Amino acid sequence: MKKDFNLVIVGVGGQGQITLLRILEEAALVENKDFKGSELHGLSQRGGSVEVQFRMGKNIFSPLVSQGDADLILALEMQEALRALYYASSKTQFLLNELIIPIPGENIIPKEQILNSLKNFTKKIEIVEASKICREKFQKEILAGVYLLGYAQKKGFLPLKKESLEEGIKRVVSEKHLEENLKALRLSQS
Amino acid sequence: MKEILSKEIGKKVLFLSNEAVCRGAIESGVDFVSTYPGTPASEIGNTFWQIEKDLKKINPVFHFEFSTNEKVAMEAAAGAAISGFKSLVAMKHFGLNVASDFFHTIMYSGIEGSMVIFVADDPSCWSSAQSEQNTRFYSLMAHIPTLEPSNPQEFKDFTKFAFKLSAQFKIPVMIRSTTRASHQSGPVTLGEILNSKSQIPKFVKDPRRFSTMAPRVLEMKKELFEKIEVIKRESERSNLNKIIYGNSKEKLGIITSGVSFLYVIEALKKLNLKLPVLKLGFIYPLPERKILNFLKKLKSVLIVEELEPYLEREIAILAKKENLKIKILGKGEKIEGGRIWKERKAILPQIGELKPEYVEIAISKVLNKKPSFNYQLHLKKFEKLKIPARPPILCPGCPYWAVINAIKKVVDPQKVIFGGEIGCYMVFSHPVINLQDYLYCMGSSTSVAHGISKMTKQKVIAFVGDSSFFHAGIPALINAVFNQSNPLIIILDNQTTAMTGHQPHPGVGNGKVIKIEDIVRACGINNVKVIDQVENLKEFEEAIKEFLEKEEASVIVARHICVLLEKKKKT
Repeated sequence: MKKDFNLVIVGVGGQGQITLLRILEEAALVENKDFKGSELHGLSQRGGSVEVQFRMGKNIFSPLVSQGDADLILALEMQEALRALYYASSKTQFLLNELIIPIPGENIIPKEQILNSLKNFTKKIEIVEASKICREKFQKEILAGVYLLGYAQKKGFLPLKKESLEEGIKRVVSEKHLEENLKALRLSQS
Repeated sequence: MKEILSKEIGKKVLFLSNEAVCRGAIESGVDFVSTYPGTPASEIGNTFWQIEKDLKKINPVFHFEFSTNEKVAMEAAAGAAISGFKSLVAMKHFGLNVASDFFHTIMYSGIEGSMVIFVADDPSCWSSAQSEQNTRFYSLMAHIPTLEPSNPQEFKDFTKFAFKLSAQFKIPVMIRSTTRASHQSGPVTLGEILNSKSQIPKFVKDPRRFSTMAPRVLEMKKELFEKIEVIKRESERSNLNKIIYGNSKEKLGIITSGVSFLYVIEALKKLNLKLPVLKLGFIYPLPERKILNFLKKLKSVLIVEELEPYLEREIAILAKKENLKIKILGKGEKIEGGRIWKERKAILPQIGELKPEYVEIAISKVLNKKPSFNYQLHLKKFEKLKIPARPPILCPGCPYWAVINAIKKVVDPQKVIFGGEIGCYMVFSHPVINLQDYLYCMGSSTSVAHGISKMTKQKVIAFVGDSSFFHAGIPALINAVFNQSNPLIIILDNQTTAMTGHQPHPGVGNGKVIKIEDIVRACGINNVKVIDQVENLKEFEEAIKEFLEKEEASVIVARHICVLLEKKKKT
């Protein structure tokens, strides 16, 4: 890997962003790469917008991705993808979960409008019905995040090995939920 | 986190910076840890809370506690340290305000064992309602040696150094962090866990040392100054202050510290520049000779730091004293900033946290060079989007919803003022709820309500959380009785300190439970009701109506467990 890899994960509090970050970090540790993660705690986690950042490379200093400098943006909720445009430019790959969670007191931004806004920044956009798939297969929407990680890996958006991600999941996820997380990852790869 | 007690020396593990502080303390052989939870410092307490039992197997005298507030936590940690133990106390910036009375005094007496004070600021107020504070000015005021680490590895290493420095000079040492530094994760190499206690220390009477009274207290101040002079020499020698690209012939240099240092290196990489950088790990006392020697080779220096200029002021004074002809750049005259820093007239903002691109833009501006990316154009395009904010809101099933619904039903919001406080119920400010007319700090909802109702005769409902009540709410309640006003205080008792991660408090106990209603009655409140507002909504509504008519202060304890904690307990 020549260049640093910059990832931003956005969504709503409770969608498991910090767990995803830990999985990525453990995977990077397995591959002996340098990395930094950034997250926020506290009240912001109570149903508000939650964003985590992950940077990986040979020698990483800043935990924060610069404006326009994301290689990959994972949006666990589609309206939150708009907020992540701060980090997007023409090089950015978007991977969206087909899911809209209403903002209390606000009108829902229609999917088409969201996609049009994203297209003003980058042409590389993919939408996956991760929540729907995980709801149907596992009765658990929270697995959508891990599903998307696996999907990103398979598509070559995420420069980590599949085995490293599996090891990351094993280190991070509790025994009780381990099997379903591994299944969600493998399903996205099949 | 799992590896916090690992004995595999040299192993590289993943830590959040705050966890690295815990590991650093454990490797130093810490005996006593106290805290009051507060983001971005909460993980220190949470970590020790989880490992307390296992750590006792390594160090049998080890004690961890959630104290009732930060002042109590600091005093308790000092009690251990003046008896010869190694103590760590952790808090967020507001906590240091609460503890500041004692904080200044313990510096005069010093300690016997070692004492490390960890304080995390929150630039941009990500998890802080009340203010954006720069704790570094406390270092100047209290004369406390202060270290500022940048990354998780340094958080561990600096903590170990802080314990050593504290023991060597018998003085408390502060580690100052910020949100992005504390909530940064990365690889950390484990060291050996020290445990070499030959005997258990005891408090040795020496009133000359530990009793501050005039005229002795002024001698103590002199002794403190003398210690700081010696520690300054440590600071000059210390490799915590280091120069990067020291051979550079460039005439612009950078002085920085903490997380800002990481942005500086990232910016220089992007701009393909090798400017000399002085990274300060010791931010009080400053290594003055080292700074002056660094400045002497330069025509101008850019000071990169978050919030109000601390380093910039100190360095400007130094340069002036030496009559150095050097341009000192940093915050400038204009006050600008915010979460998204819009105007870029000043080089760096005083409001809001820094971002790597702000530093890159600042350096480009000084050197009249183009940044690696057209940030301004991109920002314009981004700001056109007008994305509605998604502020935090109470969880589905939160017992506070019942409180909101009852008040909406039986109270005329035009006739009643609602006082807020620090906890999940800050969300009462959410536009769909709108039950928060003022909000300051912990303990203040009741005392401010007293002032309002005493003078204006308006009716005030003051909300207080259970943990917040124990923290600072009790003196305020006593005051309302003592000085006779009539607010209605609703204590939102969800049986935990929910917002910061479900830490226990005296009302749920640690063996012994202290009932909030017993304290309330003992404070002299005659109108007291304890109601489960979820189970007995009607009764709760009637109580509000009844108590709003009272001529004296009254209290309803709305007791129903936090929905998240309830779920946690079931699994």
